[in-house]
Amino acid sequence: MIQIEPVYLGVLGALFLAILMAIIRVIKGPTAPDRIVGLDTINTIVIVSMVIFGLAVQSVIYIDVAIVYAFLSFISTLFIAKYLEGGEF
Amino acid sequence: MWDAVFDWIIYFFLILGIFFNLLAGLGLLRFPDVYTRLHAGTKCTTFGSIFIIGSVILIGLKAWIFNTPEVANSPDVLVFHAAVALVAILLTNPTGAHALARAAHRSGVKPAKAVIDELENKPSKKEVKK
Repeated sequence: MIQIEPVYLGVLGALFLAILMAIIRVIKGPTAPDRIVGLDTINTIVIVSMVIFGLAVQSVIYIDVAIVYAFLSFISTLFIAKYLEGGEF
Repeated sequence: MWDAVFDWIIYFFLILGIFFNLLAGLGLLRFPDVYTRLHAGTKCTTFGSIFIIGSVILIGLKAWIFNTPEVANSPDVLVFHAAVALVAILLTNPTGAHALARAAHRSGVKPAKAVIDELENKPSKKEVKK
């Protein structure tokens, strides 16, 4: 039985609002770098909300997932930036 | 008594972190071009993440020191893993933002309302080699 305290639920709701605003930027963004900036912001906020969720459901494994997600999203951001730059890999 | 002090600091950190993360979303919506959006979307989320994960670390420390029931089993593991997650964010976020800004400038996106662009005629490294 998962029991989440209201404080953690409020924090997660506020972070979801921030993610929603970034999603609007990803959909609207006039150029490709705009969309990538929105995706980068979404990645960071998802990492933070994973840490909060791991505390809320009392299992540390979510925080480990957040660490791995941080490094994977970093690598994907670097590769997309290299692709936009148009250089050789 | 120190219990209550920890509680107030935790609530303050949570409110500050949420405020800066919402500010990042708002700046991402309202700023005019890529570079200012990068400024909002990266620095504000990094600063807010420091405070939110810091509050998680403080909750773990409080449960570790005072044996409070917020964290049921092994609060020390929670503290160390949250600290590693914070270090991961602090290492990767500014580096990714710098790479994105460089890529945006080299792919030809101009800053909005900019009067001069000092990097305009600067040759990139590959052109110098030729």
